[in-house]
Amino acid sequence: MNRRIRVLMAKLGLDIHWRGVYLVSEFLKEAGMEVVYLGNSFPEQIVEAAIEEDADVVGLSTLSGNHMTLGPKVVKLLKEKGMGHVKVFMGGVMPPKDAVKLEAEHGIHKVYLPDTSMETIIEGIKSSMRDS
Amino acid sequence: MSQKNRRKIMVDIDTLIEKSLQGEKLATARLISMVERGDQQTPYILEKMYPHSGNAYYIGMTGPPGAGKSTIVNKLVKLFCKSSYRVGVIAVDPSSPFSGGALLGDRIRMNAKSQTYDYFFRSMSAGRAMGGLSRTTKEASRILDASGRQIVIIETVGVGQSELDVAKATDTVLVILTPESGDHIQIMKAGLLEIADIFVVNKSDRPGAENIAHSVRGMLDRRHARLQWRPHVFMTSTLMNKGINELHEGIWTHHRYLQQNGNLEKRRKFQIKEELQQRIETELSDILWQHIIDDEKIEQLVAEVWLHKISPLNAARKIVAEWLGKGKIIQKTFSTK
Ligand SMILES: Nc1nc2c(ncn2[C@@H]2O[C@H](COP(=O)(O)OP(=O)(O)OP(=O)(O)O)[C@@H](O)[C@H]2O)c(=O)[nH]1
Ligand SMILES: [Mg+2]
Repeated sequence: MNRRIRVLMAKLGLDIHWRGVYLVSEFLKEAGMEVVYLGNSFPEQIVEAAIEEDADVVGLSTLSGNHMTLGPKVVKLLKEKGMGHVKVFMGGVMPPKDAVKLEAEHGIHKVYLPDTSMETIIEGIKSSMRDS
Repeated sequence: MSQKNRRKIMVDIDTLIEKSLQGEKLATARLISMVERGDQQTPYILEKMYPHSGNAYYIGMTGPPGAGKSTIVNKLVKLFCKSSYRVGVIAVDPSSPFSGGALLGDRIRMNAKSQTYDYFFRSMSAGRAMGGLSRTTKEASRILDASGRQIVIIETVGVGQSELDVAKATDTVLVILTPESGDHIQIMKAGLLEIADIFVVNKSDRPGAENIAHSVRGMLDRRHARLQWRPHVFMTSTLMNKGINELHEGIWTHHRYLQQNGNLEKRRKFQIKEELQQRIETELSDILWQHIIDDEKIEQLVAEVWLHKISPLNAARKIVAEWLGKGKIIQKTFSTK
């Protein structure tokens, strides 16, 4: 049997908007993925969880303006801990130029702004697994 | 696969195993994934890890959905870690019957910081299991055990039979109920009474907890009059932080009971026997389906059963009897008549 894609979903920091992440998690489950739902977490906990859960993908939601610091920190810690193969996705509200910068300079695999369709997200995750 | 590649994979496996035995989390997590998906290296991994396991104390935790199992696990992990135990947790959630995917939500209850508390938490989907949930949880917990986890807690939702099997395969089984767990008939029906070493009535901050505890005690009085270990009943409220220390102490009481008169050995040997029986059946049925039963024959019998010329039971017996063929005695006891 092939391994199902394991996704770790977390809200960065003290983000209180939970519906979005939970909804996305439900959709990923229906797309056949195994989603470990973490809730609010800081980068250290997220990376610790990614290690123990042997995650292929980490999904971070952010709505409170901490995306430029905490997002890249997750990527950096993952690399330091030998989890450089993990693809990090981000979703949430941020200026489009920040999204471009996160992808181009900070090792975020893909940033999804609020109006992204669920199909796009699912396909994005699946294709990131095929590349590697 | 080329010889060179094969060797490289073996070397990688050996490195993983070595690192896991030294307690490295990343290697341990990787091994669990491999075993979980039934990777072809699984027998090798288990062969190398098994001799190093058997030292941990295994605690099973089951009960209806939302009873507070994970919240209690979080509290217990903290208490165990405070007494300097290295703890491992495996939390199983059901998977979607449609997509095979799963939303694993137990980890969200773990607020024990990993900098302060030394634990390893792994979420697992029930549907994923190649060869059954009890196989994967057993093998994963043995890997945690071999990697130096001294207490291994397995959380499963007590709804189906395989989940109960998982709980039964541990040293101490906690059944978590709530005031909403209903009357004793429901508890009996769910098969929870027979497997519990310890009952917990959680959410005792809500009305009705006393009633549940009372009715559980009543059932135990009737059932356990002759048994050596009479399950203890604890009332807890994680919300009010009540009863958790008593529960923790109660777990160690059962642990002490296991240390006496070879109780632990008896229990584990019984479980090993069950596991062996199960594995023999699995091995045999694998062989049967891969090498012995031929499709043409089956189709032929399907047609006969469809026409009601032969019953399904006798059709099955016919196949088995033909396979056993030569052995007349076996044939007689396995007659299609
Ligand atoms: N009132 C009250 N609520 C509690 C108590 N313990 C847990 N809860 C709540 O019950 C809900 C479920 O808790 P969990 O620990 O996730 O329960 P669970 O049994 O692990 O749930 P599943 O794994 O989904 O079956 C959460 O919202 C908890 O906050 C308690 O003692 N009192
Ligand atoms: Mg739970």
